[in-house]
Amino acid sequence: MDHSLHPLGDQAILIEFPQEVNHSIHAAVQQVKSVLENEEPNWLTELVPAFASVAVHYDIRKLAGHSSPYEYVSNEITRILKGMETAADASSRTIRIPVFYGGETGPDLEEVADYHKITKEEVIQLHTESTYTVYMLGFAPGFPYIGGMNEKIATPRKAKPRMKISAGSVGIAGKQTGVYPIETPGGWQIIGQTPEKLFRPENEEEPTLLQAGDVVTFYSITEEEFKERKGRRK
Amino acid sequence: MIRVIEPGLLSTIQDEGRNGFQQYGVIASGVMDTFAYRIANILVGNEEREAVIEVTLTGPTLEFEKDGLIAICGADFSAQLDGEPCPTWRPVFVKQGTTLHMKFSKKGCRAVIAVGGGLDLPIVMNSKSTYLRAQIGGLNGRTLDKEDVIQNNPLSQKSKQIILSLTKKVGKSFTSRWSISKVYLHEIYYGSSLRVMKGRQYDEFAPDSQQDFWEKPFKVSPQSDRMGFRLDGTELKRTVSEDLLSEAVAFGTIQVPADGQAIILLADRQTIGGYPKIGQVSSVDLPALVQKKPGETIHFKEISHEEAQCSLLKREQDIRELKWIIDRKIESGGDNHAAG
Repeated sequence: MDHSLHPLGDQAILIEFPQEVNHSIHAAVQQVKSVLENEEPNWLTELVPAFASVAVHYDIRKLAGHSSPYEYVSNEITRILKGMETAADASSRTIRIPVFYGGETGPDLEEVADYHKITKEEVIQLHTESTYTVYMLGFAPGFPYIGGMNEKIATPRKAKPRMKISAGSVGIAGKQTGVYPIETPGGWQIIGQTPEKLFRPENEEEPTLLQAGDVVTFYSITEEEFKERKGRRK
Repeated sequence: MIRVIEPGLLSTIQDEGRNGFQQYGVIASGVMDTFAYRIANILVGNEEREAVIEVTLTGPTLEFEKDGLIAICGADFSAQLDGEPCPTWRPVFVKQGTTLHMKFSKKGCRAVIAVGGGLDLPIVMNSKSTYLRAQIGGLNGRTLDKEDVIQNNPLSQKSKQIILSLTKKVGKSFTSRWSISKVYLHEIYYGSSLRVMKGRQYDEFAPDSQQDFWEKPFKVSPQSDRMGFRLDGTELKRTVSEDLLSEAVAFGTIQVPADGQAIILLADRQTIGGYPKIGQVSSVDLPALVQKKPGETIHFKEISHEEAQCSLLKREQDIRELKWIIDRKIESGGDNHAAG
């Protein structure tokens, strides 16, 4: 996969792929991230993947002997990526997320249905029958940028953002769907809520339910199940 | 043990940041002024990455319920210990029952208070830094509040040695006669223009805007916080209209939204951003930048990546030397001149 390297300040390098959002570029981003992670060079401090790039943060203190730390790290990245085998389709996890659609915790389900002149049940069916990919996390801890929603339910954001959207809220904004991990203001159309916890800082190995690269599906649960599972979590 | 009498405007627990978790959308957090932070910890004999109390514009009033060792570094808040001036940029021994009162910052915007032994707070995802929006880290994930009690860890051997070197004198509080050199601090904080590297999308800006970026003044707007400084100044125009795909940003990234008013991303920046990046403040000049108050004016001066990295390595060398000098002062019970 074509890529280029650029400085991101004086302690990071950005590996850029063709600037598109699609599966093959996403696969390349994931692969580059995991290859660098496995190689674990001592100067590497952090990797931040996005739609079509990976930022490589490095510790300049580990590179004091080199006349240009940037050049040294660039060469190292190029060397490591050269040895990389062509992407064997990375095995991705599939995460099933239960959602109670509509009701008090999904106040915009009706608005989305009305917008497309379909029934609420049809919105739920369209939302649950697709298979989604998590392209990256950002905006809030564990907030997934998810691709793959059926455009039949693509709906503009609310004209007036809500001051408070509860954690677990499942929403639609334009062609995207997503789940809010923490309570925050936001303008998405909220169609339901999951009882699952998306951000769990106590679990350092996997602080978020979803990770970039995951395959996601949603399934519908009843209000009773939702309450029961949410109660059990506490 | 430290009791909060008055919390001040925005006082939080911070350390070097929650590194390694940005891939999960978890922001880095951490102190704004990393230089003051590292020096403060060195001065009290802590590991350089121990958590401190970061205070902003109006400082807190704190009561020390046990003997302790502190160092205040960063902006000048006219700090007082039981009514007597409390010097900055040096170790200070505080006796049980002493009250530290910090007023508003005369010069600069924020300071850190390092406490010998460090702060006894839980480590959440590799850091004690406060992440307000996610309500994690620091003291229950929030800003300091009246009547909060912060426990400190037992003093290290080194901290004890520092106290011993200070308490040879008589009085209620004891400070070293030496401090970090004022000349050196002036160089770091008030050098001149902020050295900035060209950003990834610099070439997409109109030639006039590129020129303005280096020549015109920019004012730190009142809508500035730990997340970023919004700048008021000449409109910076991009000649390309397509939106960018969101990608990682860094501490000091200067991005320009559609309205043409630049924003410099700081410690509490989001993990990724979608605005074009016109520049990047060099790491060596971030301490000077974060000490600017709303209303203050800044200028940018171009620096290459190579120069920026050289300066940063030089700064690291300086800090190592400072640490060495401070250690010698402590060993000798040092009563000589300025360090640094």
